[in-house]
Amino acid sequence: MLHMRLKKSCKIVISFAFFLIIICVAPAEGGDALKKVSFIPQWVPQAQFAGYYIGLEKGIYRKHGIDLTIITGGPDYSPSDLLMDGRADFASLWLSTGIQMRAGGAKIFNIAQIMQRSALMLVAKKSSGIEKPLDMNGRKVGLWGPVFQLQPRAFFRKYDLTMRIIPQSFSVNLFMRDGVDVASAMWYNEYHTILNCGINPDELTTFFFHEHGLNFPEDGIYVREETYRKDPALCAAFVRASIEGWLYAFDHPDEALDVTMRNLKREHIPTTLVHQKWMLERMKDLILPEDGEDTGMGGLQIEDYSRVALSLKSMGLIESVPGFTSFYKVISDKDEK
Amino acid sequence: MKNRGLAFKLILLILSSVTLIFLLIFGYSYMYSKRIIVENVEKNATNLARATVNQIDIVLRSIEKVPQNLSCVLGQSLCSGNELNNLLKYIVQNNKEIYGSAVAFSPLAYDDKKERYAPYFYKSGGEIKYSDLGKASYQYFFQDWYQIPKELDRPVWTEPYFDEGGGNIIMSTYSVPFYRTVDGEKGIAGIITSDISLSWLQEIVASIKIAKTGYGFLISQNGTFVTHPKEELVMNETIFSQAEARGDDGLRKIGRKMIHGESGFVPFRSMLTGKLCWMVYAPLSSSKWSLGVLFPQDELMADVARLNKTVIILGVIGFAFLLVIIVFIARSITRPLSVLAGVAEDIATGNLDVLIPEIKTGDEVGKLAQSFDYMKTSLKQYISDLTETTAVKERIESELQIAHDIQMGILPKIFPAFPEMSEFDLYATIEPAREVGGDLFDFFFLDDDHLCFNVGDVSGKGVPASLFMAITKTLIKTRATKDMPPEVILNQVNQDLSEDNPSLLFVTLFLGILNIKDGTIEYCNGGHNPPYIIRAGGEIEAVETTSGLALGVMEDFSFQSKRFVLNKGDALFIYSDGVTEAMNTEHKLFSEKRLEGELYRLKDLPVGDILAGVTEKIREFAQDEPQADDITMMIIHYNGSDDSVI
Repeated sequence: MLHMRLKKSCKIVISFAFFLIIICVAPAEGGDALKKVSFIPQWVPQAQFAGYYIGLEKGIYRKHGIDLTIITGGPDYSPSDLLMDGRADFASLWLSTGIQMRAGGAKIFNIAQIMQRSALMLVAKKSSGIEKPLDMNGRKVGLWGPVFQLQPRAFFRKYDLTMRIIPQSFSVNLFMRDGVDVASAMWYNEYHTILNCGINPDELTTFFFHEHGLNFPEDGIYVREETYRKDPALCAAFVRASIEGWLYAFDHPDEALDVTMRNLKREHIPTTLVHQKWMLERMKDLILPEDGEDTGMGGLQIEDYSRVALSLKSMGLIESVPGFTSFYKVISDKDEK
Repeated sequence: MKNRGLAFKLILLILSSVTLIFLLIFGYSYMYSKRIIVENVEKNATNLARATVNQIDIVLRSIEKVPQNLSCVLGQSLCSGNELNNLLKYIVQNNKEIYGSAVAFSPLAYDDKKERYAPYFYKSGGEIKYSDLGKASYQYFFQDWYQIPKELDRPVWTEPYFDEGGGNIIMSTYSVPFYRTVDGEKGIAGIITSDISLSWLQEIVASIKIAKTGYGFLISQNGTFVTHPKEELVMNETIFSQAEARGDDGLRKIGRKMIHGESGFVPFRSMLTGKLCWMVYAPLSSSKWSLGVLFPQDELMADVARLNKTVIILGVIGFAFLLVIIVFIARSITRPLSVLAGVAEDIATGNLDVLIPEIKTGDEVGKLAQSFDYMKTSLKQYISDLTETTAVKERIESELQIAHDIQMGILPKIFPAFPEMSEFDLYATIEPAREVGGDLFDFFFLDDDHLCFNVGDVSGKGVPASLFMAITKTLIKTRATKDMPPEVILNQVNQDLSEDNPSLLFVTLFLGILNIKDGTIEYCNGGHNPPYIIRAGGEIEAVETTSGLALGVMEDFSFQSKRFVLNKGDALFIYSDGVTEAMNTEHKLFSEKRLEGELYRLKDLPVGDILAGVTEKIREFAQDEPQADDITMMIIHYNGSDDSVI
């Protein structure tokens, strides 16, 4: 494992070096040459990122003039670090993370808000007597790291709940064994894992934050200001290609799952096809919510932005709310050649 | 079926009944043997599962004891670092089932300066190695084996996991919290663990082999495959993800029962071969995991299947044998029958000399052949008798024909009777009902001017009547002489007939003598139908009766004569009762009335045509009704005498 990781790092370093060379050489070759860029998703190549991987596989990025390298994410890589230190040109980050970084002085832009809806949720067993938010009061809740705690804390404040917070690991076992009454879950991931541990949906009470006025959309595409200013057309091309990749994945789920399963197998990450299928289906619900406003894919709504930013500020996680336009750059038609 | 032969029907009905009976017996025996096997399988499977579960539980229980005991020790006194290490090392060394053991302290519980401390000893490459799980990269506060017993405040078996950074194998851990009282308050001071390598469990479960493809598997409390012959399922899939992948809701239901600690015996599809199996499942009382053992149905049913195959083959052979026998029996029945049928056809065409085959079976068919032969002989005898009778009948008929000819021969038959006589025209016809009849008529001149004529009807019919008629006619002819009045003729004839009349026959007779010069007719009627006078003017009148009896009835009877005159153009029509009593199909009589009408209608025709016309009308009236009595008619048309004119 360590050996492999070293190998991976070497590969990244080499490709990075190669990338630098290309950056220098590219202008000399003229506008028609493919532009080499790298992208890092927040996590392993699961169906959460199927749109990017299928875009790469199907040559959609090439069609848009991009020679893309996707850096395999995971627990050992922080996409924000890779983005800031230039190892990645584009990164997938949560909106709240992006706002916190920007407010903290990081020169980054959101160029696409891929997920329109928050997938983070709280889940409880009906057998524990929890059917509505107030039933949770005084109970044990499992929460993940800081970024995953924004919505739950806002939720508890909204319903005036005093909770006993237990740090939650990435397994659902604590919840399964009733070590906590309420657990954090991603709709596309842990929720399905719980179902696949033998609990039926009708035995669970779910709290989707977007149903409680706390929609904090998650995955978006971020770029360094510097990259954006140098080549806005490239950024536009990347966004368009990514959206096209997502649409292709939704239209061809079997192909997208095939790519996903291959990537996960290559990385020795255990998973099941049904789990990835569930994840891809939920991604469609999150990226193209059926009852959402038809604002086109990848747009960041100012209301969503304000909700998240003000919430961060009220929790003292940021000092001031960055201006919307200084955070989000709309990709319009003129941007891409 | 309807037009098929007897043999075919016999074969079809018997064989289909036999097949039905065979199938019923076969089906019953199959179901019964299957039930017995299933019962046995269930019993054996339950025993096997129970034994395996016990085997595992004994080990797991023994593993549980170690940290439980240690928790008591640690709850009493705080060991020094070295003492604890030696204790842990000793535990791992002397319990071959324990892969590793740790004591993970709660924050600052071991040492005021140490946030995390967790000495861990484990087996590796035949040695006992040490590791401090308190290292930053391991984060034991967030491991299930630490967090779950701490939150639940009781010992637990963890879900199987790959202990990256710790034991670095797939294991399951039994974790027991231990407590200390600090400042009068009892609290969890840490967690004691003992690990079990899953490879050991896998070996036990993998050793379960049933028939060729039967196997055992173990799932955890979350339904995760802990052991399964299909490697890719182990630690990767749950029974529920498999159910989802297969779209098999039944599998999910079974999985839920398994993780809820139930036991059972259910049909189950093998995840290895896809074959239908029986599965028995039972929970481990220690870790609450569930063991499933699969018994492939077809393999366990192999004996029954083999028996069934033999039974079916035997059945088919028996069937074929039965077919041959039935064909043979059917043939032995139908062969003589079809021969007989051929013979019957021959007989039907008239060949009575055909030989009936001898059938000595003695059964119904043999009897049929005998009856057939008897029938043929009887038929032949009958036909021979019939031929003889017919010959006799023909002879009689030909004799009757001759008699008819003779009878007709004695009656005048040339008309008009006296063509040289211009004074009158006379026509007469007779149509006997049989070959010979009892009616008679005659006419002859007594002298130059007197024509004697008569019409009679003998009682009865046929030969006796005809003989009587011939006698009567001859008697009249011989008795009637010149100048003899009619009553004398009748008296004499009556006497003659009455004298010797053993058959008691009699004859009605109308006898008249026409004076052709003046048209006077002297007549005597012996019980005959009164004749009609057809006047030249068209009036039809009956001749007055003379109150005479039929002849041959009373010997001494004295007849009386009367007279009337035919004028020129008048005619006398005499007839026998065969005319008026002719019947039609509705049994109505031709009657006097109808006759009078016809006479009136025909009165202007020549006299021969009048008789023909009446005859035709009678035929028309009678239609198909056979003639019952002799029909005799005579007509005399008086033309007047030259002398009288003069």
